[in-house]
Amino acid sequence: MSHNDVTFTPTGADTDDPYAGVRETTEGPVYTVTGQDWSDVVDAAVAGQERIVVNMGPQHPSTHGVLRIILELDGETVTEARCGVGYLHTGIEKNLEYRNWTQGVTFVTRMDYLSPFFNEAAYVLGVEKLLGITDEIPERANVIRVMMMELNRISSHLVAIATGGMEMGALTVMTNGFRERELTLDLFELISGLRMNSAYFRPGGVAQDLPPGAVESVREYLRWMWDHIGEYEDLCNENPIFKGRTVDIGYLDLAGCMALGITGPVLRSTGLPWDIRKTQPYCGYETYDFEVPTRDNADSYDRFRIRVDEIKESLKIVEQCLDRLEPGPVMVADKKIAWPAQLAIGSDGMGNSLDHIRHIMGESMEALIHHFKLVTEGFRVPAGQVYVPVESPRGELGAHVVSEGGTRPWRVHFRDPSFNNLQAVAAMCEGGMIADVIVAIASIDPVMGGCDR
Amino acid sequence: MSPDDPKKPDPTSEQGGTEDGSKEKVTTGGDPAPGLAEAPGDAVDTRGPELPPPHPSRRGMFGVDGSGDTSGYGRLVVRDTNPIRGGSTPRPWHDELERLGDDVSAALSDAGLSDDVFEKVVVDRGQITFFVKRDRLPEVARVFRDDAALRFEMCMGVNGVHYPEETGRELHACYQLLSITHNRRVNLEVACPDGDPHIPSIVSTYPSVNWHERETYDFFGIIFDGHPSLTRIEMPDDWPGHPQRKDYPLGGIPVEYKGATIPPPDERRAYN
Repeated sequence: MSHNDVTFTPTGADTDDPYAGVRETTEGPVYTVTGQDWSDVVDAAVAGQERIVVNMGPQHPSTHGVLRIILELDGETVTEARCGVGYLHTGIEKNLEYRNWTQGVTFVTRMDYLSPFFNEAAYVLGVEKLLGITDEIPERANVIRVMMMELNRISSHLVAIATGGMEMGALTVMTNGFRERELTLDLFELISGLRMNSAYFRPGGVAQDLPPGAVESVREYLRWMWDHIGEYEDLCNENPIFKGRTVDIGYLDLAGCMALGITGPVLRSTGLPWDIRKTQPYCGYETYDFEVPTRDNADSYDRFRIRVDEIKESLKIVEQCLDRLEPGPVMVADKKIAWPAQLAIGSDGMGNSLDHIRHIMGESMEALIHHFKLVTEGFRVPAGQVYVPVESPRGELGAHVVSEGGTRPWRVHFRDPSFNNLQAVAAMCEGGMIADVIVAIASIDPVMGGCDR
Repeated sequence: MSPDDPKKPDPTSEQGGTEDGSKEKVTTGGDPAPGLAEAPGDAVDTRGPELPPPHPSRRGMFGVDGSGDTSGYGRLVVRDTNPIRGGSTPRPWHDELERLGDDVSAALSDAGLSDDVFEKVVVDRGQITFFVKRDRLPEVARVFRDDAALRFEMCMGVNGVHYPEETGRELHACYQLLSITHNRRVNLEVACPDGDPHIPSIVSTYPSVNWHERETYDFFGIIFDGHPSLTRIEMPDDWPGHPQRKDYPLGGIPVEYKGATIPPPDERRAYN
């Protein structure tokens, strides 16, 4: 047929293309593309040759960022589903190789932007393991880390629930979810100075101690959350529309999860209580009292319920963190690793404390040299490689950290759960309805910043 | 900034050498980049225990040549202590890994294989890495997955690492396996030469590595033979080069701020 070879080639005045009409303007020819003739589609459908391939994304609002899904449809039934990723690749891992070990935190926190503290945790735990200082991290730093990670788990799950609800038309779930998430981000801002991308965890501890009033703010937040977390359950748990959209949708059983390397709430929705915080604990998680929620229908509804339950467990952990916060250092004692700056609020904002500046500029030449060397050059990390996993809200987030003995990472690779779990889209969506694709993907909760890095 | 630009210096060799040979002799001349195969120690250290071999590219202390530095630090020889370039870690390892090592040997002999499928076994910082000969990888992965005593059900991913100085084994692929049954982890590692970057795919054993192998191909150019559709995944389909290799430049432009010019990150001084 003639329209097959119609491209944007310049056409003569006598060409009358019904699908790509052209008119001359002062800026050159302008084409108006109107698509195919509907009668052609109908003819093909009658002949049984209809094969519609739909690109969902990368800019579709309900694909969680720039995820592209290529769907092959038969009517409204999905016969094939494939993911296209890579639209948010930013070369973070490459950039890390040109910065010192401490600066790396500033990059990795930007990978999975909904769970920045987990990226930082995986990275700094890897660096600390390479340095061999895992056991020397002060107790207070570990407690603060756990508290920040659990607050982050809450905020990340709230976004998962909120956006998932919005995509199904449950707008109240969305507004409520973002309301509570804002409160969580306010805490991040209070404690680390930034709502997102905090670069708060550093190799050896955390960047600075909790500011005055932080503990009270967190307690107030906990009271608010315990008062309001029930709203999600009241809104959704027995809501017939919500259940109609989610029950038995996006089914993936245990064997499928194992084969595809799926972790996190998707794996726990099959009934397997696999949570690295319990099974291979880090940062002292073995000393906290919490449950690993599981359900066993392996569908989107269960994953929603698991996320709500995990928020409650995280609230419990944060409470325990507040109770065991003892005064003490928040950075490792080894001055060859610990970041030398002592931060304080000055008249022009946050910066090195005047005492510290007086010390290095006026009192001790050695302290100045030490500060200078550590800040400009960084510390050296003994050669070797480690793989350190943490349980992020989406599953196993692993950092493979390779050192060649220098002041810069040789290679850092993040095994991001979003990247891995998106492989399950075909298994979850094929054979279902096109509307269920949205629900299934929302139940995976992919974050493209983490997927593409 | 083209990745294929042959004039772009290798960022790793840049740290070691300088184009101005005469100045280098003044500051760092004591130790011209030795090869990996060079015997450790030579005449310098006959008294103490044998030192690791000199590092192939890292020298001096400040990562800079030709600065007129007369402190002598530029002559320091950096030793190559990376455990992945040494031999096998001698047993006994700690208890848990001992048990794992025995299980692996038993599983291999059950499957009609022997320990010669491994180049070496390195235990470092509590983690065990089996360096698998590359043509044996599929059968080894199958044994690790299926044997009842091992039962590594999940492969968490594949990651490439580029070591340009390891002649004949520049590209490494690292696999992280997880056993939920026994709650333990191992790493497998396979090396292949730059000139023949082929590693057998294990997608048929672990479907989860499908995207990870594509990613490693995309970033390092390792070709996983037998992969169902080995295409780029992060970079555009028509992208030239493989960005995570060490000879691929980072790119970037100098930034001027208040009269001072800050060079792009890959041209700043490195202390490696």
